Amino acid sequence: MNRYNLNNSYKAVVIGGSAGSFQGVVKILSSLPKNFPVPIIMCLHRLKHVRHGFVEALSLKSVVQVTEPNDKDPIKKGGIYLAPANYHMSVELGHYFALSTEEMVNNSRPAIDITLGTSAYVYKEKLIGILLSGANRDGAIGMRSIKDKKGLTIVQDPKECMIETMPKAALSATTIDHVLRVDQIIELLSELEMHYR
Amino acid sequence: MQDIDIADLKRISELIYQKYRYDFRNYAMSSFKRRVLRIMEIKRLTVDSLLRKLSDHPPFINEFLDELTVNVTEMFRDPSFWRIMREEIIPSILLNHKQFKIWHAGCSSGEEVLSMSILLKEMGILQDVTIIATDLDAAILDKAKTAIYPAKNMDLNEKNYIRFQGNASLHQYYKVENGNAVFDDELMQNVSFRRHDLVLGEPFNKFDLILCRNVMIYFNQALQNEVLKKFHASLFKYGYLAIGSKESLIWCDYSNRFIVVNTEEKIYKKIKD
Repeated sequence: MNRYNLNNSYKAVVIGGSAGSFQGVVKILSSLPKNFPVPIIMCLHRLKHVRHGFVEALSLKSVVQVTEPNDKDPIKKGGIYLAPANYHMSVELGHYFALSTEEMVNNSRPAIDITLGTSAYVYKEKLIGILLSGANRDGAIGMRSIKDKKGLTIVQDPKECMIETMPKAALSATTIDHVLRVDQIIELLSELEMHYR
Repeated sequence: MQDIDIADLKRISELIYQKYRYDFRNYAMSSFKRRVLRIMEIKRLTVDSLLRKLSDHPPFINEFLDELTVNVTEMFRDPSFWRIMREEIIPSILLNHKQFKIWHAGCSSGEEVLSMSILLKEMGILQDVTIIATDLDAAILDKAKTAIYPAKNMDLNEKNYIRFQGNASLHQYYKVENGNAVFDDELMQNVSFRRHDLVLGEPFNKFDLILCRNVMIYFNQALQNEVLKKFHASLFKYGYLAIGSKESLIWCDYSNRFIVVNTEEKIYKKIKD
């Protein structure tokens, strides 16, 4: 099975999502193969003042407990991470997280462009970026950074999205390798896992 | 958008350190890079012209500092933190001290200082507390001293205050003039603002409570470790240190000289000299 032409060189998967992405994320996390070989780093738009509940809701059905990292926490193989409320989340050289309270970007904090852009800088061609449903343009520049570093870019099929603005913005900003439905994204991640056995 | 590599960032921080004695050499790389790129964009500079400006035009350093430091904050940010302050931390300080001292380290435009003053006033002890608020950036301190904020920010501040469950309405503490919220002078009576550099500066006083929330996230771990030592030296035994809700100090050399008082809100207590 090598439909997506993957290999075992990838070091991380980064996922961005906004309005309409929650169900898709839950589906992905609940269908992940056990012992997924690389970290999954997520930046999802969320209410700024609600610190609790989101990570718990995502963890309910997830194969692995989702964590909101503290500043400078190391990124571990197989970890699933979610950007905490009201902080931007960057990935640093040396594979750890850095949080910040800088200005909002694209009216968002956490901003997907920041998580995707810093991940691209650190993981370069060894990164898979996935952008899901959403109502603004956050993530488009981040996806372009991933492509510029020769990473793999995937957006949720706009036809399946509750709100198609975000994946469409990425499609017009850069080359997207795969336009997939959520069930196909799950297929791709399962295929990825096979390469690490 | 332009990009900038690590070697250039190092040249910039080294130049600033040698010429102006501000030390950004141990700042967290990703945010430092974003801040410098932001300055280059706002001021329309390339790496070379930025370096030239820093080396040949000394007054520029103040503008540079003002843009580099992150001055985004809210009143009563994390209302649950302020409720714990009111219901647990301050009452426990009051058990042993009728009068006490607070240090806001990296106070930025002063929203947290003002939040604290309001909290203390509502507890009826504002006159018994001395507050010292410091920041690296002189321009932002001037702003903080005025206790005047754009009225458009007050929507968020009011919402936080409601979640904090204050005594009344935040509005009773300010008047709106020309699109600004002008806070009562009384709230600032026991507050002194001064410029202080957490990185190069020495401890200058002893406190019962230090607030330094979301400041050290801009430092790398080595620097966080050093700054925690300074906070330790600046606290009375059994004094409290509050950091941001997503910061952590457990790996620091001095972490065993503190105990965690509140895990959620990241409030620590010094238990050993």
